[in-house]
Amino acid sequence: MNNAVEIRGLRKEYKGFTLRDVSFTLPRGFIMGLIGPNGAGKTTVIKLILNLIRRNAGDIKVFGLDAIKREAEIKARIGFVHETPRFIEDATLKDIKSAIAPFYAKWDEKLFGSLIEEFSLPLDKKFKKLSHGMKMKFQIALALSHDADLLLMDEPTSGLDPVFRRELLERLSGLIQNEQKAVLFSTHITSDLERTADYITLINDGEIVFSLPKDVIKEKWGIVKGARELLAEKSRSLFKGIRETDFGFEALIDDIPAARKNFDSGVVIERASIEDIMIFMDKGGDRA
Amino acid sequence: MKVIISNSSSDPIYEQINRQIKAQIISGDLAEGEALPSIRKLAQELQISVITTKRAYDELEREGFINTVSGKGTYVAVQNQELLKEKKMKIVEEKLAEAVSEAKMMGIGLDYLEDMLRLLFKEDQ
Repeated sequence: MNNAVEIRGLRKEYKGFTLRDVSFTLPRGFIMGLIGPNGAGKTTVIKLILNLIRRNAGDIKVFGLDAIKREAEIKARIGFVHETPRFIEDATLKDIKSAIAPFYAKWDEKLFGSLIEEFSLPLDKKFKKLSHGMKMKFQIALALSHDADLLLMDEPTSGLDPVFRRELLERLSGLIQNEQKAVLFSTHITSDLERTADYITLINDGEIVFSLPKDVIKEKWGIVKGARELLAEKSRSLFKGIRETDFGFEALIDDIPAARKNFDSGVVIERASIEDIMIFMDKGGDRA
Repeated sequence: MKVIISNSSSDPIYEQINRQIKAQIISGDLAEGEALPSIRKLAQELQISVITTKRAYDELEREGFINTVSGKGTYVAVQNQELLKEKKMKIVEEKLAEAVSEAKMMGIGLDYLEDMLRLLFKEDQ
């Protein structure tokens, strides 16, 4: 089985929010970033993969195994990092580690020790005494210490300084030197994805906008800028999102060559950053 | 092997890698049979996506510059000397074509261009 995660037609209904028809595939040996504005449904997808909440419809396979039927087996092979680290507040880090390690057959005490040292974590301190960043680092150390085949991380970089974020990203690309492993992480810090992510899945208002190799996005998605007189009705259909001002317009497109043909001159076409795409897609309301 | 990635360049990253490795093979800085880093290693070192490095290697392989031995690694291909010469000629041709189109754009005629080339050629000797 060459896919780490395979999701088909996933649906989850909440009061006032529905995650609908979510499908994407993460092959082994790659890193995928899950992006989207707050409340888009990123955490819901991650919770569904871990079977922490019940789904209304759809299929999830992790390492080719059904996420519900083989839950225990799958979880032993996942390193999970939660958005807000939660452990017993009064326990020391050492106690928490001792309680968690026995659950994992492949627990690597030596690796854990070196991560603790590298992250400068105080093992004798109580969990509640740590800053958010330290709690996150502790959680990451735990997730990395049992030779997980899939790292599933919900906003792991929030609250971390740029130096540690970069280190974490380096560690992730180190992890997939082993082609059997994969990483799926959600983030709204798009610069984390510009470099190392292989795939990017954008989710907005409960729906997948796209799930594509990052290179395809970087090559084809762009921003067209020009005077408003150039805005013909037919060109509007090319736009994924548009911002108009008194002085001109800026629009998101997903096919730079087609846009070049459509607007022969007088416009500027630039490559779109992941952040541009996220911002324009979020303003989907004024889409043409 | 040297690879420098520019994030501000309008050229896609895979093309930057492709071009730089190719130049090193043609110049002989990368010798025949020399091992290249794996796509994953290169991606990690350059802090870029695996898909990007894979694409660069795939194109180099298609163009006959490198060979991948599955399970072993990637190596600089044995270059056919005739072919290598042809490739080098092609680079010269491309650069000249570029100069010609620039010249045309600025309204510089063939005579003047010839003079320029002659001058440059002698200067270099």
